[in-house]
Amino acid sequence: MLSYILKRLALTLPTLSLVSIAVFLLIRLIPGDPALVLLGEGADAAALAGLRADLGLDRPLPLQFVSWLQHALRGDLGRSIVSGEPVAGLILQRFGLTAVVVLIAVTAATVIAAIAGLLAAWRRNSVIDLAVVGTATVVLAIPSFWLGLLLLLLFGLKLGWLPFVGYIPFSESALQAMLFLVLPVVTLTITESGVLTRMMRSSSIDVLHLDYVTHARAKGLPERTVLVRHVFPNAFAPTLTLVGLTLGHLLGGIAVIETVFTLPGLGRLMVDSVLARDYPVVQGCLLFTAFVYVLVNLVVDLCYPFFDPRVTAR
Amino acid sequence: MRGRAGHVGTGRIGLRHIGLSALIGIPLIGALLLTIGIGLFWMPYDPIAIDLAHPLGAPALRHWFGTDQFGRDVLSRSMLGARISVLIALATVVVAITVGTALGLLAGYLRGWTDRLLMMITDAVLAFPGILLALALIAVLGSSDGSIILALSTAYTPSVVRVVRATVLSIREREFIEASRSAGDSSLQTISRHILPNVLPPVVVLATSLFGWAMLSESALSFLGVGVPPPAPTWGNMLSESRPYMDIAGWLSIVPGLCIAGTLLGVNLLGDALRDWLDPRRQT
Repeated sequence: MLSYILKRLALTLPTLSLVSIAVFLLIRLIPGDPALVLLGEGADAAALAGLRADLGLDRPLPLQFVSWLQHALRGDLGRSIVSGEPVAGLILQRFGLTAVVVLIAVTAATVIAAIAGLLAAWRRNSVIDLAVVGTATVVLAIPSFWLGLLLLLLFGLKLGWLPFVGYIPFSESALQAMLFLVLPVVTLTITESGVLTRMMRSSSIDVLHLDYVTHARAKGLPERTVLVRHVFPNAFAPTLTLVGLTLGHLLGGIAVIETVFTLPGLGRLMVDSVLARDYPVVQGCLLFTAFVYVLVNLVVDLCYPFFDPRVTAR
Repeated sequence: MRGRAGHVGTGRIGLRHIGLSALIGIPLIGALLLTIGIGLFWMPYDPIAIDLAHPLGAPALRHWFGTDQFGRDVLSRSMLGARISVLIALATVVVAITVGTALGLLAGYLRGWTDRLLMMITDAVLAFPGILLALALIAVLGSSDGSIILALSTAYTPSVVRVVRATVLSIREREFIEASRSAGDSSLQTISRHILPNVLPPVVVLATSLFGWAMLSESALSFLGVGVPPPAPTWGNMLSESRPYMDIAGWLSIVPGLCIAGTLLGVNLLGDALRDWLDPRRQT
């Protein structure tokens, strides 16, 4: 087990290094003086000279990268061109909201997918199966932002049950904040459950054909026990990997949702800074999400042996 | 696990599934292509002509899908939007598949350091959520059709590399490859005559998925305001522009969304049918 963990940890190092190099080089792709790019057009000469010295622009690129990385590892991702605030602080401030929405939605989607997928596979080609597969296929084709708009139109405007636009922080009123989060969470849950359900169904179908399931049934175990204790853990393992990938990919997809529901999360921060050409913030968000993505998938892989003990043997 | 599933439950049931996917998918894609085809020669109105006398007109006989805030005909804009979105998605898929297949063949055939380096790079690119990577590249390149295609194909190429590489690895030790080598074929001949044909089926299936993802991402980027710049219509920027008028002009939010969903449904179902047809062991 320990060697599996260490091996998996070692695999993330080259990825994280390359990710850092890519994010570092992104700013250098823009033609012109990197100091001017990072401080914005209106920067004064003293600040420019200071940043040039800080970045070591006269030194070779690898040395510049090392000093940039040292700053980044200490949590110094530079300052926003627009607001002048430290980028790391901005990201952490916004990340909480995004993390809450994504975690609740993915958990709900996973539970829905696990149950619906297993049921559909168990009663393959029945009406239940057709309904589950049909719904999942349709859901897969609906863009999250359109679904969000439709839900807003229905529950926010026509019925007036839920707040339409804006956001109230948890610190001001927890109940109000939760009301604002209902529609974004529901939208994401629906959108993400499609692909997870299909995955769960197809891996359950594979597992249901295996000899040990027939054996468990032949032993006279109740069907419920066979499904829950024998089929579920093995069928869920591939779905879990997909959940990890979904979590990472959602850090991007959330940008669209946060735009629809005007939530001040990390995705919105990234979009706003792209529109404002606030490059230090773009760079910081990119580095942050890539690291979160790699870490989440690391954690998922480390959970894997829990469901499928054969993994550690490899 | 996949192998075992092979000798159970195919046959009749499989056929029905292919039938249903194709039965719905083909007409949807047919309708899309027909719309684009007609739009090349004729559209009810000029899709970017502003008519301030008739803003936010509800769907009626004169304007089937109504008009937007500038009095532009929504049907004509949707028709032009279809062409723009499909062309961008097609170009993205062509670039990603071409580059990805070449790199994947290289990694799988040469193995060793080339392979390890390429895998490290694909891992790194895959660590960025696709949309964010595209957003960052567009921030650097500026928003235009070309930079959307470049940004999206950069995000999608790694998955092509991985699929092609995995297929090459699974066949490179087989007898017919060995036979080709011992018959004195050059590496290029072995790759083009014997490896490439085996790589094509999974690549074709992946290409349909990529086409769907590319359409979805392009509309998301346009929705965020960093995609195809207005006044050129795409379904994504039409949805984005509809937001202030949602309460009084719901059709503006519904028509472009239906276009995207219908197209994606068609593409996904066609992909499912194609996968079942090319690889009957793997039923979806």
